[in-house]
Amino acid sequence: MPAGRPPAISVSGLNKTFASGFRALHEIDLEVRPGEIFALLGPNGAGKTTLISIICGIVTATSGRVEVAGYDNVADFREARSRVGLVPQELTTEAFETVWATVRFSRGLFGKPPDPDHLERVLRDLALWEKRDHQIMTLSGGMKRRLLIAKALSHEPDVLFLDEPTAGVDVDLRQDMWEVVRGLRASGVTVILTTHYIEEAELMADRVGVINRGGLTLVEEKSALMRRLGAKQLILTLAEPIEELPEGLADKRLELAAEGWELVYTYGKEGEGKDIAVLLTELTEAGIRFTDLYTEQSSLEDIFVHLVRERQ
Amino acid sequence: MNVRGIRAIYTFEMARTGRTLLQSIVSPVISTSLYFVVFGAAIGSRITEVAGVSYGSFIVPGLIMLMLLTQSVANASFGIFFPRFTGTIFEILSAPVSVWEIVIGYVGAAATKSVGLGLIILGTAALFVDLQIAHPLWMLVFLVLTAVSFSLFGFLIGIWADNFEKLQVVPLLVLTPLTFLGGTFYSIDMLPPFWRMVSLFNPVLYLVSGFRWSFYGLADVSVTLSLAMVLLFLALCLTAVGWIFRTGYRLKS
Repeated sequence: MPAGRPPAISVSGLNKTFASGFRALHEIDLEVRPGEIFALLGPNGAGKTTLISIICGIVTATSGRVEVAGYDNVADFREARSRVGLVPQELTTEAFETVWATVRFSRGLFGKPPDPDHLERVLRDLALWEKRDHQIMTLSGGMKRRLLIAKALSHEPDVLFLDEPTAGVDVDLRQDMWEVVRGLRASGVTVILTTHYIEEAELMADRVGVINRGGLTLVEEKSALMRRLGAKQLILTLAEPIEELPEGLADKRLELAAEGWELVYTYGKEGEGKDIAVLLTELTEAGIRFTDLYTEQSSLEDIFVHLVRERQ
Repeated sequence: MNVRGIRAIYTFEMARTGRTLLQSIVSPVISTSLYFVVFGAAIGSRITEVAGVSYGSFIVPGLIMLMLLTQSVANASFGIFFPRFTGTIFEILSAPVSVWEIVIGYVGAAATKSVGLGLIILGTAALFVDLQIAHPLWMLVFLVLTAVSFSLFGFLIGIWADNFEKLQVVPLLVLTPLTFLGGTFYSIDMLPPFWRMVSLFNPVLYLVSGFRWSFYGLADVSVTLSLAMVLLFLALCLTAVGWIFRTGYRLKS
């Protein structure tokens, strides 16, 4: 193990081609830092779940290497796996077991000694304590989702994978889920979540990785990503429509919109563009009067759509 | 070795028996009792004795074997098939447990159940007929080895099957005929020479014969051969399990 704290997850040169010939992952290199929330974004079928499944040992990689906290996930599978908790996308639960029995089972399976206090804390945090003696099949979908999280947390993992944690989950529950994830981060757990809800990544993540067609397109700090790719627009509503931009202002950053009633100025992407004050002065000097102005910032979703399109 | 992991799987599987006590214990006992009534009382009254042992007593080891085989296969195959079917297998596959720890958990639980069941049936049989057990230790050896081997076999079926039909096919089409034709209810000496020869290719014959020998000292084939056959079957199943986990067959893509 290298000196200092190794990455929570380190993936290098990972490839996966299924027996059908489908190439699900292509040369993935990724490092996830201890304690961060990492969002893996990508359209359906991009390879998010395959990547997670390989890291967790459910799917075998065709080539490449995965390490969890410095431990190889094949050669040192016990050390690697005991540090990882996985919450799958599908609601795959037992039916007849009780909530309590299933979390006890999970903890034992991962080789940890019984610890009723820890299990109680986990169930209370996930609002399942009252349901501990209920059979799993009597729980609602949202409760089952939380139970899967409880099972994954029962053995105190350092890294938690949440595969589409809020897919098909109502708004209230989604808020709760985010709360849980924030709590986990506060307690030092590294969280890796896959999602195709951009708002989720935008709200939660420290860093974002975009995966598309089996390739990791980009990995970046969320704020840097938004800064770098998140263009801003200044929209001016004009007092009277104009046919075309006056001479000297025919800047490609300026565009007419709404049939000449609006002037759109795009700036901010990688810091280019002129000073807004200068622009406004120039407009006034050119005799263009405006009644209103507002700015818009592109969301992670716009960036994402842009990125995915760019690569296709 | 992740002993806690093994214990978790084992306990989980045993708890399943606890919940389904009726199917797991009561129904095999009832069906065995029915065999006694039909074969022991109705037909047995006409067959009086086989090599000095009353027919009712003679069929006891065969009946126990019949139940042991079917229950071992049923328990173990269902035990591993169900998590695959529901998807909960992901947890086992992602856990820090080795292949053999998974096998020990599932097969150990299935074998425990069938050995327990075998003993219960033995107890039930004692209510109907006179029993004597000449070699109790060997009886237990055959009981445990058979339970373990066929639980392993069931585990293999549970991994091979990708639907409920397949889960039933092997027990119905292979196991049941083999048991019925394996000298469960008769000694192969009662058969015409041709069928006696055919029977010698039936692995179940060796199990029943060895097991019956531990009761009455009567055997269709030599006890050493019986024991060797059980061990051979065990070795074959272990090899297949080893191969499955090495290749990830039906478990990992």
